[in-house]
Amino acid sequence: MNDLLAARSQMAMSLAFHIIFAVVGMGMPALMVISEWRWYRTRDPVLLDLAKRWARGTAILFAVGAVSGTVLSFELGLLWPTFMKHAGPVVSMPFSLEGFAFFTEAIFLGIYLYAWKRISARAHLAAGVVVAISGALSGAFVVCANAWMNAPTGFTMTDGVLTDVDPIAAMFNDAAPAEVVHMMLAAYAATAMMVAGIHAYALLRGTLRPAFHRAAVQTALFVAVPAVLLQPLSGDFSARDVAKRQPIKFAALDAHLHTGPAALVLGGWVDEKTLTTRGAIEVPGAVSAVLHFDPNAIVPGLASVPVSDRPPAGIVHMAFQIMVGCGLALALVGAWGAWRSWRRRRGYGVPLPADRKFLLALIATSPLGFIAIEAGWTVTEVGRQPWIVQDFLRTAEAVTPMPGLVIPFVGFTLLYIGLAAIVTYLLWRQILKTGVTPLSGESPVISATTEYSVRQ
Amino acid sequence: MIWTLPHIVAGTMVLSITAYVLLAGADFGGGVWDLLATGSRRDDQRALIANAIGPVWEANHVWLILVVVMLFSCFPAAFAHLSTELHVPLTLMLVGIVLRGSAFTFRAYDRKDDIVQQRWGLIFSIASVLTPVLLGMCVGTVAAGNVPLHQSPEAAVIAAPTFVARYVSPWWRPFPISVGILTLTLFSLLAATYLTVEAQQPETREGFRTRALGASVAVAVAALVAALLAQRDAPLVFAALTRGVRAIVLLSVTTLFALTAIVSLWKRWFQVARVAVAAEASFIVWGWAWSQYPFMLPPTHTIESLAAPRSTLLWVLGTLIVGTFILLPSFFYLFRIFKRGDVLEIEH
Repeated sequence: MNDLLAARSQMAMSLAFHIIFAVVGMGMPALMVISEWRWYRTRDPVLLDLAKRWARGTAILFAVGAVSGTVLSFELGLLWPTFMKHAGPVVSMPFSLEGFAFFTEAIFLGIYLYAWKRISARAHLAAGVVVAISGALSGAFVVCANAWMNAPTGFTMTDGVLTDVDPIAAMFNDAAPAEVVHMMLAAYAATAMMVAGIHAYALLRGTLRPAFHRAAVQTALFVAVPAVLLQPLSGDFSARDVAKRQPIKFAALDAHLHTGPAALVLGGWVDEKTLTTRGAIEVPGAVSAVLHFDPNAIVPGLASVPVSDRPPAGIVHMAFQIMVGCGLALALVGAWGAWRSWRRRRGYGVPLPADRKFLLALIATSPLGFIAIEAGWTVTEVGRQPWIVQDFLRTAEAVTPMPGLVIPFVGFTLLYIGLAAIVTYLLWRQILKTGVTPLSGESPVISATTEYSVRQ
Repeated sequence: MIWTLPHIVAGTMVLSITAYVLLAGADFGGGVWDLLATGSRRDDQRALIANAIGPVWEANHVWLILVVVMLFSCFPAAFAHLSTELHVPLTLMLVGIVLRGSAFTFRAYDRKDDIVQQRWGLIFSIASVLTPVLLGMCVGTVAAGNVPLHQSPEAAVIAAPTFVARYVSPWWRPFPISVGILTLTLFSLLAATYLTVEAQQPETREGFRTRALGASVAVAVAALVAALLAQRDAPLVFAALTRGVRAIVLLSVTTLFALTAIVSLWKRWFQVARVAVAAEASFIVWGWAWSQYPFMLPPTHTIESLAAPRSTLLWVLGTLIVGTFILLPSFFYLFRIFKRGDVLEIEH
């Protein structure tokens, strides 16, 4: 493994690891605050218990997110010093603002987690709201910085030196709106669908505390359903944006190899050497029709740039398909849930947490949001290659001169695998305690469906 | 001294580093005392440390991130250079930061049996010892001028042709190591002194008083050793800290606070001791900053020569000023809730 590949692998691995925790750091505070708000209004103890349970999970995940985020802030320099030397002053605004958002989030999360008995219920709820807002803002700021790499602006480059630096223009770059909206929706959708799936599993398997898990599923769906339904629209907006600004990235994700009318390419593997796609189903002209409302509209293909400027289209296309597939599956479940609860309001059917088929669907789709996020980041990052800053700086030029980078890559990979295993175990323990697995010798198991049928 | 815009930004960074030392430094020091907890009061000591760190460590940690962000935004060439040349110790420090934070959290949320708790406690406390040492080593390396910024990448290769010469030798030397140990003793002193104020039981408080007194002596010894090594190994630092009226005033003030800390610990004026050690630590940080001034990367590159374009400095500084108005009341609120000195009940 050469040093450039090791550096890219370490960065990819660190981002792939951190993003899970970053996303949860945006999504979970929203869920726990909604639950606490519902408790504040109704004084139903189950809702308070739920907020506390979720807060404990958040504490574990936030700590790992904070330290893995620190690693990333250093890795920008440890792996890509040349990139930071140029980009640092230009992307300074989103990172500085993110610093303060993270500060606020960490301070008020400390208060939220530890001050249940020290401050009034109203102050506690307010602390939670601050955590949720600052968490969302810090995510948005970081995405603004990433968007600048896709749509670099706010500077002039003369003889390798950056002049006329305008940090505000850089922050509000052209790629930022689409990316920020897409990522925020993804964060809420992925977290809430995962949470809904976990509690759906508890309900389906039978639990001593069905009310607790029902409240959890309801609260999670309250966030998840709007997010998964809006995400395809945001995705459409993003794809059009990429097609306009980064036509080669778009060509790679669509596996559109030769300039001409663009087909919708489903599945298949792109052979970058021969510039052919094997095993794909193609709908000729479909992408041209969607983009330009004309099936014969000319769309630039991957081959329109020299080999040295092309991203690895095989990976990008595959990742894009995975992302879209997962997103559509979640949107379908969301639409089903929305329709079902609409019907329920009119007096038909059972509540969502009592519908076995719907619970099964929630369990089946619960990891898809996170898979879609990982795939989506693969699209945006690998799709930008060979550039680290689109059309200005190549990734190969940005890498550190330090040799032997395979060692930190392997080291951090092992460290993160260990952390992931421990976090999974600890979260599982937290859920076990609420009674997913009924303990033998205790009161008989009441499953979601039987309890409702008894009531009716 | 003329205060130009880059100087103001660099001064703000020094203040952030001071905040990091005073707040996060004490959290690391807590880990040191967790490792060294002994006797019949061992569990009380560990519980006190955990309660003191729990609600605040993540917020305290952000000061470091703020320094990193300011460094790459406002002094990008310095950031690129340091993260290249100090790749090895910084990476090791990051591993320490990851293990400290995660092991501390895992301990709080894992099973309460002794074996599980001890396992996380051991990782947490060992990482708490190693991380400050590595941090101090990096600071010592820069201050001594061991990682000079060369004119070109080629010149850097000629100056240090082998891997060891370039990536290990600059920091694996007596002076940087002595600064690392000074950092560790200082963090331990901060923690032990703060804990005398926060302890509820008299016996636990006495335990930390003894430890704080021991740490005070350790800081003095470590500082002396660092100074002696500096004479040979870091002449720039030694010269800056010994010559001139300002240097003597700086040293005298630091010594005065160190003595105040010892006396007030001895007399059990714990509130006074807490202020005195904080002042002592601040002056040690400022002494380091002073020893480098006006250089950011001694011996050649000044703060001004490494500064980013003016627009960036202005915007970052503006953000900091606005951010501070949100940050300071938030921190005040956080500490008012948790540092009132009564028993903390954690929801489990």
